[in-house]
Amino acid sequence: MTAFNPHGKSLNHGILSVLVQNRPGVLARVASLFARRGYNIFSLAVAPAEDESQSRITMVVDLESAPLDQMVKQLFKLVDVVKISELDPRRSIERELLLATVEADTDQRSEIVELVKIFEAKILAVGSDAVTMSLEGHPDKLDDFEELLDSYAIVELQRTGRVALPKLDRATRLRAANPNQKGQVS
Amino acid sequence: MSTTSTRMTGAQALIKALEMEQVDTIFGLPGGCILPAYDPLLESTIRHVLVRHEQGAGHMAEGYAHVTGRPGVAMVTSGPAATNLVTPLMDAYMDSIPMVGITGQVGTSAIGSDAFQECDTVGITRSCTKHNELVMTADDLPLAVRQAFHLATTGRPGPVLLDIPKDVLQNEMTWHWPTDDEVTDSLPGYRPTMKGHPLMIKEAARVILAAKRPVLYVGGGMLKARAAEILRELAELTGINVVTTLMARGVFPDDHDLCLGMPGMHGTIAATTAMQRADLLIALGARFDDRITGRLDGFAPEAKIIHVDIDPAEQGKVRRPDVSIVGDCRLVTEELVQAIRDLTASGVAQADIAEWKSRISGWQEIFPLTYDDAAPGAALKPQYCLEELRAASTDDTILVSGVGQHQMWASLHWKFNKPYSWVNSGGLGTMGFSIPAAIGAKAGRPDATVWAVDGDGCFQMTAQELVTATVERIPIKVALLNNSYLGMVRQWQEMFYDERYSEVYLSTDTPDYVKWAESMGCVGIRVESPEEVGPAIEKANSINDRSVVVEFRTDADEKVFPMVPAGVSNDEVLVHPSQEQYRAQLG
Repeated sequence: MTAFNPHGKSLNHGILSVLVQNRPGVLARVASLFARRGYNIFSLAVAPAEDESQSRITMVVDLESAPLDQMVKQLFKLVDVVKISELDPRRSIERELLLATVEADTDQRSEIVELVKIFEAKILAVGSDAVTMSLEGHPDKLDDFEELLDSYAIVELQRTGRVALPKLDRATRLRAANPNQKGQVS
Repeated sequence: MSTTSTRMTGAQALIKALEMEQVDTIFGLPGGCILPAYDPLLESTIRHVLVRHEQGAGHMAEGYAHVTGRPGVAMVTSGPAATNLVTPLMDAYMDSIPMVGITGQVGTSAIGSDAFQECDTVGITRSCTKHNELVMTADDLPLAVRQAFHLATTGRPGPVLLDIPKDVLQNEMTWHWPTDDEVTDSLPGYRPTMKGHPLMIKEAARVILAAKRPVLYVGGGMLKARAAEILRELAELTGINVVTTLMARGVFPDDHDLCLGMPGMHGTIAATTAMQRADLLIALGARFDDRITGRLDGFAPEAKIIHVDIDPAEQGKVRRPDVSIVGDCRLVTEELVQAIRDLTASGVAQADIAEWKSRISGWQEIFPLTYDDAAPGAALKPQYCLEELRAASTDDTILVSGVGQHQMWASLHWKFNKPYSWVNSGGLGTMGFSIPAAIGAKAGRPDATVWAVDGDGCFQMTAQELVTATVERIPIKVALLNNSYLGMVRQWQEMFYDERYSEVYLSTDTPDYVKWAESMGCVGIRVESPEEVGPAIEKANSINDRSVVVEFRTDADEKVFPMVPAGVSNDEVLVHPSQEQYRAQLG
């Protein structure tokens, strides 16, 4: 799989929200289908859906590797796949969570706290020479935050991969009326 | 059904469920983990055919399914038996053959412990089955079996595998046979589209009537959909020529005026060239395989595409269709015929295709299938042997081929006039397919004469199943074209590797095929000269109480023509050398 460039916002990606039956091996089926057909996945988030017999897989896929249409059709051939929604990033609410531990001696700590305030992130733990923080938000915002953190020594960083849901109907209609209006980014 | 609950073991439930699915034959071989299932088989109405190798069981199930249209069933044990079943599963997946594989698995508590004969069967077969399932409790077995048969036979057919741990077979359960609703409710993600979109069908009818150079490009999906009759109606209604792919041979009669035979890498010149020059390809249950299209950017450059297929993922996978219709090929073709009739009745006239058809007949006349006769005393020509065999056979004879030159000669030189009279391994190209598949076909159609046509390379891969044929009294006939070589590889080395023959020579007389046949309980006949060919076939056809192997000693230099070399456009097809002078006529 191609590594996801966290700062490459222009990357040609698509978001699929895949409702699957919550059964053993279903993730392996999805993963081996993608591996076998040469489709790339940027990120993947899986958890039980509102109906606990089903899970929702949110996948960010690389549209350079194959047309979205073929990915959707091949995915839908999996018997355990119940429903697939293609989420247009402009018409979806996308969220992701980032955890990071950054080296910070007492001199640097205030700078980092400032950064955390600006991004509305949270300090989760403070040690004598390091800080652990979290940030929840739109993946683009996380990209920006991560880019700024880069100037400090990052000990460990973990992102969850994005989850997404379509915007409510009214918002969708508004967007359709004014395609130039920018998507809401918190 | 009784209202009181019936207790039984998982094994009894499995066999009962197979009976409920009207399975009459299982091809298999028992072993440790599947042992419990073999006990209730003793009381069952189901016939079990004991194979000599699990791969044979899988191919037999495929051959059975090919000719009967009912799912073939193969049952084997865990570990190596399951891995031996992988090739037939993949073969069935590539050729969309309905098949149910049942494998034993180590007990549930031992799974993941690297137990004796344990393997991750479900993991291994994930990408070579339409669906597979590890059944974890005995109570789940009847539903799992119903789901398996439902999935294997509906939509785009394919192989389904059930992996059943030993203790699941041994444990007691309460019998419950799920209703249709319970089956569909348990598969909320599986709803194959059967009926084509009416607007698209109307659009297709309009496009067909407007086309000046149309071709019906018919694939194996039409056989799966049992659409031979309605195909004939469509062709005769419109007068459009038909090409039948390797998987579709027989769905449209070769002796019909409109039939052009097989297109593609080794297709007839008329079929391949008609597709190249067409302004419309009506693809029915075909998937634009690379062996059909040749180099894709040079394939049928001026053709619009109507693509009818039950699998939505085939639409646009290789070539973007202009009219895309997802649905069952028979239902859609029926609607299409009706839509064309309606349009014609409303005054829309079909474009004149007479000039196009005369171009096609020109190609047929200038470039018929041909080969040079054998020089006196020289080895037999394989095409001659097949033509003689065809002349001595009826339209009902089932021909089952292996993979290689003999397969292409069989597809080209045999005249298939009836559907389900041709069985072969198309997509996967599995050498060794023909002997077990022929046995499966004969088990499914005991009334029919089944001829396997095989090469010496293929034959040596699975010939031991002739022991199965003898012991189980399933007599088949084998036309073994022995040219002592891996013939197709040899042809490529001759043509594209400067005649540098690398590892393709087998041997002319080792093994001794006559003795080998006899040792397996068959009659063995060796044929070396043209005058022996007819009498040997006559003798083989007169023996019906055991299998017969006729070994034809054929010419290793003989090549399959026409041929489109790999990686080039179909326009660059190599015709038989004697026809090279007419090449300009292909334009």
